[in-house]
Amino acid sequence: MGYDDFEDSAPVAVKILIAGGFGVGKTTLVGALTEILPLRTEEELSGPGTGIDLTTGVETKRTTTVAMDFGRITISAGLVVYLFGMPGQERFWFMWDDLSHGALGAVVLADVRRLADCFQSIDYFERRNTPFVVALNCFAGSRWHDDAEVRRALDLDPHRPIVRCDARERESSRDVLVTLVDHTIAAAESGARIKSPSGSRF
Amino acid sequence: MTQAVDPSDDLRTHRGPSPVVRPYALVRGRTKPTGDSLDVISMAYALRMSVPDPADLEPEHLALLRRCAVPMSVADLASTLDLPLGVIRILLADLRDRKLIRIHRPRAEPLTDIRLLREVADGLRRL
Repeated sequence: MGYDDFEDSAPVAVKILIAGGFGVGKTTLVGALTEILPLRTEEELSGPGTGIDLTTGVETKRTTTVAMDFGRITISAGLVVYLFGMPGQERFWFMWDDLSHGALGAVVLADVRRLADCFQSIDYFERRNTPFVVALNCFAGSRWHDDAEVRRALDLDPHRPIVRCDARERESSRDVLVTLVDHTIAAAESGARIKSPSGSRF
Repeated sequence: MTQAVDPSDDLRTHRGPSPVVRPYALVRGRTKPTGDSLDVISMAYALRMSVPDPADLEPEHLALLRRCAVPMSVADLASTLDLPLGVIRILLADLRDRKLIRIHRPRAEPLTDIRLLREVADGLRRL
């Protein structure tokens, strides 16, 4: 067997990011769709924002270990969808560019009781022109908000899909992903790259 | 009586509950891989399984090479071998430098291949 045969047999991989505030249900959503596989990264704390050069000597080099939610959905022998739950806390910001490069799109999971928790994620994907949908994880007892109200609160473009889901349910979580991929297709077909209507939400 | 160790065994089964060395000791303190950066969904596959100088490689390099007998993503390799992504990237770059593996990069950004996107959408609908 020639080595090019290996290349031909390599499945096409695409990645979908699951973002949102801490405790909003990212792990639950990934877990509803597929087995969660352990994945960690150990990164140097020398990204922009630390303000200190930590690379001058081994004794001052500090690393942080971050566990991620990682899942794999095998569509066919030739196509695999990878899900990455992006760590929400601000101190893990440095990992986002790495994860989001080349992504099919992102799901921003939101809790209507704490909408502000997803502002950063929305700002981030708008800035990068990454296709994304907002999924409202409808926790039991959460107050009903109509879509217009949520759209206003999040300062979202009119075309941006807002879906309601129950991250514990497989079908519901799957529908969120389907909405995202349809949105990415629509964006690709129109060729229109989506620009942020305004600056930061802060 | 000693027992032969199957070379294909998962490293994890021999390492016990916690690693004896911190992962970065494996890569001798390096924090950046050589050459092009590796995406988490880049696919690595072995070009050959025989290593000319196994002595200058760590057991983890060899374990990685074995896993790459079929194309494997960087994230899958990190998960399977229970090593941080950063360490896996450095080890894979070492193998690439020695021409033992080839790395297939994912599609360029933005993802605008409509046929591929429809295949993903249809596949997800069938879940």
